Amino acid sequence: MKKQPLHIKRDKVVITIKDLEKSFGKHQVLKGLDLDVFKGENVVVLGRSASGKSVLIKIIAGLMFADKGKVNVLGEDVAKLKMKDLDELRLKIGFSFQGSALYDSMTLRENLEFPFLRSRKNADKPNMETTIKEVLEDVQLLEAIDQLPAELSGGQKKRAGIARTLMLRPEIILYDEPTSGLDPITSVEIIKLINEVQKKYSTSSIIITHDLTCAKNTGDRIAMLVNGKFISNGTFDEVFKTSNPDITGFYNYNFIND
Amino acid sequence: MDTKVIPFNKIKKAFDEVYEVYRFIMRFFKEAFLPPYEFKEIIKQCYYIGYKSVALISLTGFITGIVFTKQSRPSLAQFGATSWLPSLIGIAIIRALAPLITALIAAGKIGSNIGAELGSMNVSEQIDAMEVSGSKPFKFLVVSRVIATTLMVPALMMYNGVVGILGSYLNVHNNEMTSFKNYITDAFSSISFLDITSSVIKALVYGFTIGMVGCYKGYNTTQGTQGVGKAANSAVVVSMFLVFIEEMIIVQIVNSIRPV
Repeated sequence: MKKQPLHIKRDKVVITIKDLEKSFGKHQVLKGLDLDVFKGENVVVLGRSASGKSVLIKIIAGLMFADKGKVNVLGEDVAKLKMKDLDELRLKIGFSFQGSALYDSMTLRENLEFPFLRSRKNADKPNMETTIKEVLEDVQLLEAIDQLPAELSGGQKKRAGIARTLMLRPEIILYDEPTSGLDPITSVEIIKLINEVQKKYSTSSIIITHDLTCAKNTGDRIAMLVNGKFISNGTFDEVFKTSNPDITGFYNYNFIND
Repeated sequence: MDTKVIPFNKIKKAFDEVYEVYRFIMRFFKEAFLPPYEFKEIIKQCYYIGYKSVALISLTGFITGIVFTKQSRPSLAQFGATSWLPSLIGIAIIRALAPLITALIAAGKIGSNIGAELGSMNVSEQIDAMEVSGSKPFKFLVVSRVIATTLMVPALMMYNGVVGILGSYLNVHNNEMTSFKNYITDAFSSISFLDITSSVIKALVYGFTIGMVGCYKGYNTTQGTQGVGKAANSAVVVSMFLVFIEEMIIVQIVNSIRPV
């Protein structure tokens, strides 16, 4: 299913992470991470639950701050930005949450309108309507436009969450566990959608997951996070062609126990 | 002295909490005055907080008026002073009962609702989702709700006072056959401009407190669904406690400036 990395521009780095550390109390979650994400590239951060994967993308989006190290997104040092500048940068970063985080008091249409209206001072309504219909067609949810999030299935919610991020035409999308809690067929649909979004919108992405099928089929590159450090970084085959027990164990557990 | 007995961690935590509350309040004032303004959301919240509370406020105001009149009559009757009932009820309702009862009802209904709603949005990452899309959730969620409670609690208080006086009138009319005109004239003859102003100011303070406490508790919810319950519960407890403290302080101030 996964393509060759046709769109990756290796001369342009969109995210740079240098020596990133983060602790919660006495527990150090991230222990000096380094990572570059190139324009048009899908990087999968693979790791066990509670390994700090979500913390990493929350730091990238400026929802948390690191104790040490640097995160540079589209040329901006996230930690040093003023609130106004951070908000502007965030318009270029889409964030697809694990639980979709749809606003449950709003219909799907209102969920999509919400960031659009607030990010554009003179949002023109026909343009907004066209954008809403286009992104909903892309995620195949046009028929659910007037439904509330409670009326959507798990897979539809994930699609709706992705649609909401696409409203602002982000350059980078951060996916937090995009296939968690979904059946295998719906997972494959979401995987296809992630790849379609990458192609159509020319996005660069970091995909956080512990699902090897998702990692293999969406990632141009895999970064394996174990005990707060990236222990391997490369294509899926490069990462898993190893005798490192932390990696082989992860691989075997995913497939043997499925 | 054994330093281990002193709970330094708890003291530090308490000071940290006070500092966080201070920052939250300052952020409210900063964001409330800076554009863009969420007028549509403020009106929506005024509708939910104000209009949707009218039935409850009507019922409590009406019952308070009747019950207070019934309870006061025997004491006044001992001195043959039942004609003072309208004045007594007017003063009691306008000065104390209407603001306090409205505030307690609002703390229970509106404060818990805000705490639970924002808490649930927080644990389901909806607030983070607004934050990462540059949608300024503090302005949309907190500023609009605090402004709405600050405006609506005084309006509900005035309405509660009117309904309470009407309830009282029905009881007085039933027993003493007093006309509506005489009752209203007597009830308002003892009420001064200071009484009405101080009640409105009280209600403004209570409304601000209830909105702010509910938003603070909800916006800072942790620990998942259990945290949502805690946020709703503590929003009610803390705002009721603060309302009583504020009542005491405002009454002291008003009494010190009231002409003897």
